[in-house]
Amino acid sequence: MELSYLGWGDAGWGDEFARGALMTFAVATCAFLLSLVFGTIFAAFKLSSNLLLRAVADVYTTILRGIPELLVIYLIFFGGGQLLQTIALGLFGYDGYIDLPVFGVGTLCIGLSAGAYSTEVIRGAVLAIPRGQIEAARAIGMNQGQRFWRILVPQSARYALPGLGNVWQFALKDTSLISIVGLVEIMRTAALGSGSTKQPFTFFITAFLIFLVLAWLSQRVFLRAEAWANRGVRSA
Amino acid sequence: MDFELIAESLPRLAEGIDETLLLAGSSLVIGFVLAVPIALLNLSNNGTVRTLSSGYVYIFRSTPLLVQIFLIYYGSGQFRAELQAVGLWFLFRESWFCAILALTLNTAAYTSQIIRGGLQSVPWGQIEAARSIGMPGFMAFRRLIFPIAIRQALPAYGNEIILMVKSTSLASTITILEITAIAKKIISATYQPVEVFLIAGAIYLSLNFIVTRAIMLVEFWLTPHLRVDRRIPPVVRRTPAPVPAP
Repeated sequence: MELSYLGWGDAGWGDEFARGALMTFAVATCAFLLSLVFGTIFAAFKLSSNLLLRAVADVYTTILRGIPELLVIYLIFFGGGQLLQTIALGLFGYDGYIDLPVFGVGTLCIGLSAGAYSTEVIRGAVLAIPRGQIEAARAIGMNQGQRFWRILVPQSARYALPGLGNVWQFALKDTSLISIVGLVEIMRTAALGSGSTKQPFTFFITAFLIFLVLAWLSQRVFLRAEAWANRGVRSA
Repeated sequence: MDFELIAESLPRLAEGIDETLLLAGSSLVIGFVLAVPIALLNLSNNGTVRTLSSGYVYIFRSTPLLVQIFLIYYGSGQFRAELQAVGLWFLFRESWFCAILALTLNTAAYTSQIIRGGLQSVPWGQIEAARSIGMPGFMAFRRLIFPIAIRQALPAYGNEIILMVKSTSLASTITILEITAIAKKIISATYQPVEVFLIAGAIYLSLNFIVTRAIMLVEFWLTPHLRVDRRIPPVVRRTPAPVPAP
């Protein structure tokens, strides 16, 4: 194995890998935050008394958990491009090719599929809060926003964090799939490097190790966060 | 919506179901066989063994499956001469072998943790009871520990099966013609992604729907003791005792 390929600067791929790792981290972070937004919205739908909202949320989680992420990416990427082209042709008479922003669409794809898992995690966490807490908040006259931010969020965070840690790991690993539609993150860097140097093992094992380090670091962050969220709870 | 295209591509996509199920099925079976010893090693008292098996699990669970597939399929090319020397190149040359190897190693890591959770849920009193009536270790495992553990682990294993069915779509990136790859092929000929990907998605969804129902059925069979007897007990009419005359 020739390690000089991984040097820094023009000769090596070290700096490209560093940039790729940053890109992976950026996509994963945006996608994770997006999944929290989707998760909160659809968990609220699932817990609502409105039958239609519940049905919408059920369809969302069933479909996005039941079909492969790769297919979601292909569908939104190629289907979205086609849709935009139809719109552009109909409204502006423009019939050229439209390039979708890879970062934004990739984030949306991963955010959507991770959001389906977040929905279930958040729903479970909210259900774990005793009803009496909400009733007590209402009894002392808290409005809905106060009940949400002061009662629901801090307490459900405690229950949701372990599950959300798993969702984060999912999102981090799924970013590798966006490399297939051309975003230059860790995987794409490795594929490009192995193509031009004919050293596939060297490059893919590097990608493998970078993912391992990212997963390890983020696991530590989540353990910290769990300890922080549980600081008011007595544990054996 | 181009319904003609849908009608045309449905049978072609359905041809990929065999491949998808074969990939998922064979890696799940081999993965399960590997996962039982890994789970047992994970619970062993020997520190070195425990570190090794949990290291394996940690590594395979925290890296993307796509990286694992590429590492095995493309990465093995770098050691072509060495692999040819030991006579293993004919295996690594096949995308089939590489896909199944990667999927198997991946699912073995996840499954071992599911099994470990199941084994740890077996109450200690059950094992003590088996010992006290003189059951040998393996018999206790076969008759007691394993059945209880499987019942506990089944719902989580159902999720793992669904994840595997979904994961097989990654095999399309290394030239295996399963559902996703066929969908891509049809699209590159017709330039109509929405219809084709929607059908492909519907096929995966129905496969996974069948999996969830099958798991529910197996769970029902395995837990006869938890079933609530919903039959309404018959009303017993008693003839009222004659009121004694005052």
